[in-house]
Amino acid sequence: MNQVTSIENKNDDILLSIQNLKTHFEVTKGGFLNRERQTIKAVDDVSLEIKRGETLGVVGESGCGKSTTGRSILKLEASTGGSIKFRGTELTTLKGKSLRKMRKEIQMIFQDPYSSLNPRLNVEEIIGDPMLAHGLADKKTKREKVKQLLVKVGLSPEFIDRFPHEFSGGQRQRLGIARALAVEPEFIVCDEPISALDVSIQAQIINLLEDLQKEFGLTYLFIAHDLAVVRHISDKIAVMYLGKIVELADSDKLYDTPLHPYTKALLSAVPFPDPVVEKERAKTRTILTGDVPSPANPPLGCNFCTRCPERARAMSEKGIDCSKVEPEYKQAEGGHWVACHLA
Amino acid sequence: MTKVLEVRNLRTHFNTSKGTVKAVNGISYELEAGETLGIVGESGSGKSVGVMSLMKLIPMPPGEIVEGEAWFEGKDIFKMSESQLEDMRGNSMGMIFQDPMTSLNPIMTVGRQIGEALERHTKMTKDQVKNRTIELLELVGIPMAADRINNYPIQFSGGMRQRVMIAIGLACDPKLLIADEPTTALDVTIQAQITDLIAKLQKELGMSVIWITHDLGVVAGIADRVLVMYAGRIVEEATVEELFKNPRHPYTLGLLKSVPRVDADRPEKLQSIDGMPPDMTKELVGCPFYARCNYRTDKCLSQEPKLEEVGSKHRSACFVDVRSAKRTTENPYQQVTNL
Repeated sequence: MNQVTSIENKNDDILLSIQNLKTHFEVTKGGFLNRERQTIKAVDDVSLEIKRGETLGVVGESGCGKSTTGRSILKLEASTGGSIKFRGTELTTLKGKSLRKMRKEIQMIFQDPYSSLNPRLNVEEIIGDPMLAHGLADKKTKREKVKQLLVKVGLSPEFIDRFPHEFSGGQRQRLGIARALAVEPEFIVCDEPISALDVSIQAQIINLLEDLQKEFGLTYLFIAHDLAVVRHISDKIAVMYLGKIVELADSDKLYDTPLHPYTKALLSAVPFPDPVVEKERAKTRTILTGDVPSPANPPLGCNFCTRCPERARAMSEKGIDCSKVEPEYKQAEGGHWVACHLA
Repeated sequence: MTKVLEVRNLRTHFNTSKGTVKAVNGISYELEAGETLGIVGESGSGKSVGVMSLMKLIPMPPGEIVEGEAWFEGKDIFKMSESQLEDMRGNSMGMIFQDPMTSLNPIMTVGRQIGEALERHTKMTKDQVKNRTIELLELVGIPMAADRINNYPIQFSGGMRQRVMIAIGLACDPKLLIADEPTTALDVTIQAQITDLIAKLQKELGMSVIWITHDLGVVAGIADRVLVMYAGRIVEEATVEELFKNPRHPYTLGLLKSVPRVDADRPEKLQSIDGMPPDMTKELVGCPFYARCNYRTDKCLSQEPKLEEVGSKHRSACFVDVRSAKRTTENPYQQVTNL
């Protein structure tokens, strides 16, 4: 650890700080010789902070940019603007050796346990190779270390010579977790780690992630579309829509007093596993009409205005036309951030 | 109440190189007119194969309907000829598949895909088919339907493709609509739109619905009655209120406890079901849930419990009464695998 970061650590405990992150993609649109191009603003002006040992949940519908945000932190996608600081070190400009060193600290758990493990490598190689690459084990100690890690993630050490196809989905996800832990990271981006798993297995993996967090003092960015799961695991939650964070607050606060109409609609759409409650809720449910607009051509003004059920209220109460004026992303009260004219 | 569907002792097996997989192993149930039956289970529990068998949409071979009767509109489906089956599929029995991205033909306009069923099953003229197609698209809430019938699936979003699938399923006013995880691939706001739509259409058209899902929240919202499946068997059956209030099978109990809830206090730790579903290529002795059960007894190892009445309209396949019994083990799966 260099001197600058250690001083910063004493001042506050913010592990990761993202300021105005932009990740835009240029895509061809057609036209003569496919020369016409357009920009997809997958992540557009996202700012957030994560404290050490904390879990920040990111929710939103497909295409809202939640995965791209996570992948930008690991530099799996090249960000096009803004800054990402990890322990005070700017990541966006990092290259070569120092980048490789930083990769040891930030790991990722992927959504699909079937495609994210190399089918030609056995368990010892999948989990052990990263240890060798970062000098955390040598050829002699590797096997023993891999076995210990297997036990930690709830797998039998006898599995060490097996290949991924010999495991079930839940077991593979445990392997994916063990691989991420192999290099003793401080920060893990979990990109929908349970959505490909069966209901009875999901709870096992959530519990495992929580246990490991306690044991190793890990910090998580937890990306998911299941709001109940995110609420369970997260300390703070960011709600994303069309590349922007529309609301960010402590988990309980966000669920008890949501301020943004999109958050309200999302929460209202989640079905509760209780038929009596569900029958009542069905009567008052806010059902959003239409689909998420294309990120290539987001609406002007507030990007949610095309689906917002409270747009008329903004006009009558505040005299603001949401399709013209973009709301500022501001702090409504302590730690509760929201981007809405009505909040 | 009149019965729309009656399934008796259905067994569907798959003969694979690794052995026979008894995907559906003797299930019986009924469905009444206007009723919504939810079928819950994990992947591999036989919930999809069970209803696909009713339409004979199982690839045969390797699949084989070994035994069973399925009475629909006074006829046994499994004794029908291929042409009788074709008259039924998409006509009196409609189907919505899980993945709207792959279930539509990418090189056919959506109008043609909806009209196909009408051309096959009704004597409508070309103009009538076109009008009915537009009407159906409007019914499922697609704006500017008259223009959109000439579009291809790629021009539709996921939620809209699922609406097209629903329009196809409803084209000939089916008596029974089978929906196989129709919202699993969709976002929650779109899921709310689709469940709301199907519930509304069901009321208007008076059809019965079989809704397959693994999401207990969805089941709570849409079903009148629920079947819980595990390892090719029905392990519990009850009305939706009864099932959530008074679950009797340890598997159902485990499922209900393992899902985090938005509307309740956050527990320190989720109660998970230990282990994983059994390997279906192996012959199962005793209760199929034995290896993962917190309430098991020695009897469960050798004998398989039958699905028996435990209350009014409530059946469960378990020797133990989970309401009064004590948990016999905390980590059942570990102990079994260490044997």
